[in-house]
Formats: sequence, C-alpha cells, structure tokens
Amino acid sequence: MNLIQINAGDTAWVMVSAALVLLMTPALALFYAGMVRSKGVLNMMMMSVLSMGIIAVLWVLYGYSMTFGDSWHGLLGNPFQFAGMRGMAEATVGPEGHQIPAFAFAGFQAAFAIIAVALISGAVADRMKFSAWVAFSVLWATLCYFPAAHWVFAFDGFAAEHGGWIANDVKAFDFAGGTAIHINAGAAALVLAVALGPRIGFRTSPMRPHNLTLVMVGAGLLWFGWFGFNGGSALAANGLAAMVWVNTLVAAGAAMLGWLATERLRDGHATSLGAASGIVAGLVGITPACSVVTPLGALAIGAITGVCCAWAIGLKYRFGIDDSLDVVGVHLVGGLVGTLAAGLFAKGSLAGGAAGLFYGGGLEQLGRQAVGAVAVLLYSLVVSYLLARLVDATVGLRIDRRAEAAGIDLAEHAESGYDLSRVQYSSYSKSLVVPRPEKSPKEEVEA
Amino acid sequence: MNLVTAIIQPDAVDDVQIALHQHGINGMTLTEVSGYARQRGHTEVYRGDSITIDFTDKVKIEILCAGDEAWAVVKVICDAARTGSVGDGKVWISPVEDVVRIRTGERGDAAI
Repeated sequence: MNLIQINAGDTAWVMVSAALVLLMTPALALFYAGMVRSKGVLNMMMMSVLSMGIIAVLWVLYGYSMTFGDSWHGLLGNPFQFAGMRGMAEATVGPEGHQIPAFAFAGFQAAFAIIAVALISGAVADRMKFSAWVAFSVLWATLCYFPAAHWVFAFDGFAAEHGGWIANDVKAFDFAGGTAIHINAGAAALVLAVALGPRIGFRTSPMRPHNLTLVMVGAGLLWFGWFGFNGGSALAANGLAAMVWVNTLVAAGAAMLGWLATERLRDGHATSLGAASGIVAGLVGITPACSVVTPLGALAIGAITGVCCAWAIGLKYRFGIDDSLDVVGVHLVGGLVGTLAAGLFAKGSLAGGAAGLFYGGGLEQLGRQAVGAVAVLLYSLVVSYLLARLVDATVGLRIDRRAEAAGIDLAEHAESGYDLSRVQYSSYSKSLVVPRPEKSPKEEVEA
Repeated sequence: MNLVTAIIQPDAVDDVQIALHQHGINGMTLTEVSGYARQRGHTEVYRGDSITIDFTDKVKIEILCAGDEAWAVVKVICDAARTGSVGDGKVWISPVEDVVRIRTGERGDAAI
C-alpha cells in the first residue's frame, strides 16, 4: 500500500465515521425493539443484527464491486472488478491531496448498505419468518440496494471510471443517501407490509411500545451515528464535513420540535415517542441535502420534515397498511421531502454548485431532484414486489397464526427477551425435574 | 351466587371479553398467571443450553355471577376461547356465600 499518497487526517475521519455509521444499526435495533411488544423484541433486534452479518459478507464478495465497479451504462458497477475486495490494497479514493485508502471508503459504504437493509425490518414486525427475512435481505441488497447505490454514490473519476446515472447524468443532489437508502428502504417496507398483511389485532387491539426508554436510547445513538453518516460523506476532514455536522444537528433538532408541536396541537400531548421519531425524521430529511444548504436551510428542512412525517404516519390507518413501526411514514416520506427540499433550499455557492428554487435557481434543480427520487422509488417498488412474491412462493413470508399470537421470539428464536420473574419457572429437561432421594453412605456401600 | 374462574390463553382474552360483553357481562377481574397441565411448557435455547420453561403464561379471569347465570357464562367463555388444540384452558364454578359492594354496602345479587 502506498502510504505516502494518503491523507492521514481524512482517512482517520472516514474510518471513525464508518464506525459511527455501523453503530447506527444496533441503535436502530434498540429504536425498533422498544416499539414492539415484549413478545417480539428479540426478533426485531435480530433482523438488524442479521443485516450486519449478511451485508458484510455480500459487500466483500460482490456488493462493493456492484456499487463502485466500472459502470455499465450508469446502471450497475462491474460485479467482478473488486470481487472479494480484489485489487483494493493499493487503491485510493478521493481527489489529489485528500486521498484515503479504498478500504476505508469500502468500510464506510458497507455500513450504509447494512443500515439500508435493517431499516426495512420495521415494517414487518412480529410476523415475518426469519428465514424469509434472510432470503429477502440477500436478494434485496443484491438487486435493489447495490444498483441504486451505484446510481447515486458512484461519481465519475472516483472509484468508478464512469459513475451512476443519477449522480453523473441527472446531477441530483443526494449527499448521504436520501434516495438510495431512505426512499429505497421505505418503498421496500411499503411493499413488504402489504405483502405480509397486517399483524393479528391491527386496528382492533392496542399494540403499544413495550419499552420507550429503549426507543429513546436508540434515537439518541442514531443521532450520534448520523454525524458519521452525513459528516463522513464529505470523505475528508474539512469545512464541508464541519458544515454538514452543524446541519445534521439543527435539522434533527428542528424536526423534533416540529413533530412535538404537531402532536401537541393534534393530540394534546408532546410525547417521548414523538420526540424520538422527530429526531429520526429530521435526520432522514437532511441526509440528501446536508452539503448544499446553509444551517438555516437545514433548520427549515428539518422543521418541514418533522411536521410532514408526523402527519404522514396517520395515513397507514386510513389505508389499512400495517407499516408497523412507520418506516414508510418516516423514511420514505422523510427521504422524499428531504430530496425535493434540496431542490428548494440549495445555495449555489455551496458544495453542489447549483442553486435551488428559493435561491434563484429556478425549477431546474428541483426537477433533477424529482427525477432521482421518483426513479429510485419506482425501481424499489417494482423490484421489492417481485422479490416479496418470490420469497413468499418459496420460503413463505409469514409465520403461522398461533406462533404470531404467542409471540415470534419463541417461535423463531426459542428465546424470550425478558425474565423478570422472581419465581424459578424453568428446569433443564423436558419433564419436571424431581430430585432423587439422597442415598445414605450405608446404602451406597451396599449398592 | 357463583364465581366463574377461567384459565385461558393470553391471546384469547380479546375474544372472551367481546363475547362476554355481548352476553351482557360487563365486569371481570383479570390476572396474568403461569402454570402447566397437559400442555406442559416450552423449550428455550441459550448458547446451546436447552432450558424447558415448565410454566406457560396464561390469563385467569374471574367473574361473579348472580343465581343460575354461571353455566351460561361458562359456555360463552368456552365457545370464545376454544381453538381445539391442547392448552386452551379450563373453566370452573365455585359457590359464593355473599358479596358486599364496598362503596354502598349493598349485599348479595345487588352488589354484583
């Protein structure tokens, strides 16, 4: 490896950011797990944890190559170019003077792919076969995430000779994956929620979150990790990363306030679940736009996203779709709002170089943003639908009714999340353990 | 007066509650309990170590009934909680000597 060409500061920032982004997935596991009932808490967490395993393996085998290999007509990277991370040891990424090892970039982007898959799981809570989730994760990452990530993350002259079509031809802003991650995962979540059908008792029995403290911890850790998600996407320890950091801060804060205000007006109470959801919504909203807006623009985007998402989550009851943990309401809607808002609030003097509607840029950039958002949305809806049908026809999507009623943790994982009883309810055999009467020493000698 | 006690599956509570309401029974006491009978428990696995949980989660419902109402209530509960598989539970009737409503001091059927 040619160490001389590498910028140590930039490399350090990207590697720390990669670790921050990876932390977002266990944070998401906590965030989601607190929102389900106690009988499904482990399955909820396992779906996130599983994606760390599956995507890590796929990424090394062919995922990175499909995303950042030489582009085939801007649609897909060459899956064989970096298969098994071949030829990566000598490679660097980034402009002259700011080069980082390609491995640092690959690790950073791997964490993106991992959380994109994990995000979907919120829509399938309590009722999807674990085997079906394994199959869907592999297929969706391969056929939906890697191509879409190539479209938006692969730039000309970067890791690929010719990059993705949305990044290079459409020139839509998507700094850290509002389209490739949030719209993409949100659309898949919508498809799976419809394909699975609602949970038993949806809209008839209340399914309240079993542990809101977990939700709050998860939301806090997501915010923490998101600084790496957005800030690290600058791929350098520079002023852009610093501005993105501030934008990430203010957008999440404003979105939380927007969500809470909406709740206060609509329901009479500002809730902790609302605060946690608002934080995540704001982070989603600012993700595509964070490099092209000022902190005041980020504040506006955050507030708008918070209000829109708080309103949108009510739609699932109107349509009867059990998007259990509001993946569509937060990630799809938040991703769409943020991606379009970049076309409104982009300041031409910043990193993107093109102004949005509110900064005198007219409708052009807004149109580019819409093309990028709609393309990923439609692609994800169609491909996710076909994959859901395929998995349903082979493995089967849903666990049986009795197992769902009793709780998916026991049926799928043979574990329970909590053992809070003071009574010793268990024994080590299939039948009740009855201790043998102790033999006296005399009897033992006779025996 | 009788006390009807039912041990049922936790997921049957909604159905039983609705059926009893439709039958005109508007009160009950519910307790989360654990126990085992023929159904026995279930097995959990922690790092390869199989642990049999002998006691299965159940719900106990208690309803005070006036006069000869009890058998009708038992039938309603059985119809609502039956799935046909092992572990559906049991219902029994116990005689009750007297009942007092704490607020008013009413006794007997008037207190139910």
